Amino acid sequence: MSPLLAVDDLKISARKDDGDLTPIVKGVTFNVARGEVVALIGESGSGKTTIALSALGYTKPGLEFVGGEVRLEGEDVITMVPDQQRALRGQRVAYLAQSAAATFNPALTIGEQVTESSVLHGILSKEQAHERAKVLYQALELPDPELLGRRYPHQVSGGQLQRLMAAMALCGKPDLLVLDEPTTALDVTTQIEVLKAFKSVIKQEGSSAIYVTHDLSVVAQIADHIVVLYAGETQEYGTAEQVVNRPTHDYTRRLMHAVRPPPAAGQGDATSGEHKRDAPALEVSNITAGYGKKSDGKPTITVLRDVSVAIERGQSIGVIGESGCGKSTLARVMAGLLPATEGQVLLGGQELKSTLVQRSRDELQKVQFVFQMADTALNPKQRIDHILGRPLEFYLGLKGKEKRKRVGELLEMVELPQDFAGRYPEELSGGQKQRVNLARALAASPEVLLCDEVISALDSIVGANVIDLLRRLRQQTGVSFVFISHDLSTVASFADEIVVLYAGRVVEKGSTDRVLSPPYHPYTRLLISSVPELRVGWLEEAVQTQEAQAGIDRLVTLTETGCPFFDRCPLAIEDTCDQETPPIRDLGEGHLISCHRSESEFRH
Amino acid sequence: MSEIPQSTTTSRQFDELPDAPPKRKIRLSWSGKLGIAVLVFWATIVAIGPYIAPYDEAEFLDESLFIVPGSDEKYPDTDFQPPSRVVLLGSDYMGRDTLSRILFGARTTIGISFIATILAYLIGVTLGIAAAVGSRFLDMVLSRVNDALLSIPSIMLGLVMIAALGSTIPLLIVLTGIIYAASVFRIARSLGQEVMVSDFVEAARVRGEGLWWIITREILPNVAMPLATDFGLRFVWVILFISALSFLGLGVQPPMSDWGSMVKENLPGLIYGSVAPLVPSLAIATLTISVNMIVDDVSAQTGGKLAKRMIS
Repeated sequence: MSPLLAVDDLKISARKDDGDLTPIVKGVTFNVARGEVVALIGESGSGKTTIALSALGYTKPGLEFVGGEVRLEGEDVITMVPDQQRALRGQRVAYLAQSAAATFNPALTIGEQVTESSVLHGILSKEQAHERAKVLYQALELPDPELLGRRYPHQVSGGQLQRLMAAMALCGKPDLLVLDEPTTALDVTTQIEVLKAFKSVIKQEGSSAIYVTHDLSVVAQIADHIVVLYAGETQEYGTAEQVVNRPTHDYTRRLMHAVRPPPAAGQGDATSGEHKRDAPALEVSNITAGYGKKSDGKPTITVLRDVSVAIERGQSIGVIGESGCGKSTLARVMAGLLPATEGQVLLGGQELKSTLVQRSRDELQKVQFVFQMADTALNPKQRIDHILGRPLEFYLGLKGKEKRKRVGELLEMVELPQDFAGRYPEELSGGQKQRVNLARALAASPEVLLCDEVISALDSIVGANVIDLLRRLRQQTGVSFVFISHDLSTVASFADEIVVLYAGRVVEKGSTDRVLSPPYHPYTRLLISSVPELRVGWLEEAVQTQEAQAGIDRLVTLTETGCPFFDRCPLAIEDTCDQETPPIRDLGEGHLISCHRSESEFRH
Repeated sequence: MSEIPQSTTTSRQFDELPDAPPKRKIRLSWSGKLGIAVLVFWATIVAIGPYIAPYDEAEFLDESLFIVPGSDEKYPDTDFQPPSRVVLLGSDYMGRDTLSRILFGARTTIGISFIATILAYLIGVTLGIAAAVGSRFLDMVLSRVNDALLSIPSIMLGLVMIAALGSTIPLLIVLTGIIYAASVFRIARSLGQEVMVSDFVEAARVRGEGLWWIITREILPNVAMPLATDFGLRFVWVILFISALSFLGLGVQPPMSDWGSMVKENLPGLIYGSVAPLVPSLAIATLTISVNMIVDDVSAQTGGKLAKRMIS
């Protein structure tokens, strides 16, 4: 039987201002059979989205098809006239964009939007479409399928919205789904929930799909065939089992290598006790902080409650939790961007003033903040040598030749070529910008570096390189790191100590080894079991665990009383966990767990 | 066993791929280029106009110039004469040379408008950025005063002020500058606020930078381009405003020539089919349209973000 979609020697080029063509996709060939999921995997710039969009006969503005064919059931979609293409899109081929939040119109109900396309194309009547939507909600395990359609996008969670986007695409019973990085921006727990739903609905509907991503471990869960792309060329093409277990190409191996091993005890760098006698490099004690201000001086929304963290000299601490848990808020309090309403910030034993303007230049120099998005953290109108030179001049008083020399050293430190000094940020790639961002913080010769999700926005290979760099910098400079991430494997491979935050409270902390081995706090266990593993079939096992069944598909809610994890916890005790603040249990060697259950109970 | 030679693909480096192609330079389309050509033409006229003008702007042409050879008419009309070899663009209602008045008037109209626009920018951008970076209270005060100013129809305000203080060119410039500073303020404030919340400004604040550094090094370079584009549009509105005032007789006072007052003075000529009111209208139209074409072209290439902001 002929395949549903046949991409044959596809070539796409970008037309530059002077009329020259730059090849973007250089002759890619693959097939999608009925009921099959084909994954396109590669870094940004590899042309994976461009190829996926060609299944709709579409190219982004500035690009054009220069060769090859994309045949859907034997018809070439590239040479179709616009009228035919319009009928094709949304009816036979449906596209799922990366961000559900940006895809849904906040002013229309979910039901209207899910059914819109199929009603518009005349496939289903309005009533039929709503019936079909309900079936899909059920298949995607969305809550309350009967009434869900009447809600508005802001009334459901991010993960639910992502699944609703699948319902939107599937409503018109398309032959082929094109999924563009649908889980990339999600927390690990949400990612599982979405992946599971996608997989089951694709199976149930018998539809075919093209799945675009840069994450090999996600692909291993969902794809039948994998196409590995680099710079617009196919590097490897085979079944998922074959590509994941027996990669033959160098580039695939590099991708595999970039997937960090699942978090386990024994990964963190050895903790040396020799510095422990000194005062910690940076310490926050009993911090309460939030946003907005009520008349009694308390914040309107309290994000952090009674948080204490100490960073020893030369150590690195990983702060982990899902989005909304207060990780970034903690970093902002440490940096002085957000004054805490209660509690103290201590630098080398000395109390720091809570706001930036009250802190002295020396104090500011010692704590440097590395922003999450290098794209926005670097002024687009400043050259790299200005960006790096300013902290040198500002804190250390370096000028002229000395400054230039130091800028060169900093570039070398972050493994960038010297001539980058004369470039502007937009002339760099994402990973290179993140390196400059790091170099700027290092330029101040700080004692503590606050890294807020510094690799979350980067592709797996680029991110892995940045982690390697951070590890080397730590050894070279002896700087203490606060490393904030929602990715437990990243933190596990880097930090000496881990602090697990949930809804603004520390639920567990201790050395990396202790936190990543039993006994766990139930939330830590959920996080650990949610990290995707690079093997086929992991997803099915993961969703079977007790933690996953109780914990995924829930929102982080800030609560005033009791344990905030109560409604997601498989071990929750009715009338206790939701009423009383859990006690902090000291398990020795600084390993603390905040839970009503006793050690033996959560050890199991 | 012989060693398998390494193939080229396995030894190949997989470099990090660039995020985006290098920034495109702004390339004007034909409409932008035409706009620039017209603008350059008028700029040249401003520079050399009075030197190439055949007559003075206030000179009443002698009747003898219009005597047709062989005709017995000793005292022909000099007003509203059609274009001829003597007066290339005809004469106006008082028998002055339209071409000369256009050439002299370019300096008045464009000069006043240009200086007034610069003044509007100095006031508007200074206060707008101050409101963006300053305290909430300062922002409130400046914005409400600005709202009050914006709520008064600009022509009415102009009429009242000129009626009270008399029409002189410096007053005209200051008045126009203040009136237009109000709308510049809004744009500068919104642009400034947008940059103010960006991560790189936050990074500068965490570093401990002072307000002056943040304004001059972080904010101004990032708002300069959109403001420059807006300058073009604002300039056009100022020209129209000055011309409108002159048309009402409150702008540039006779005998100085100015395009707006030239249209007004010569309106009766329309009845006789004279070109005198049409020529200055055409001058205003070509100048304003050419600036608009340039602005449109530039903002289209910078993603059209600008146009959206200017409506608000």
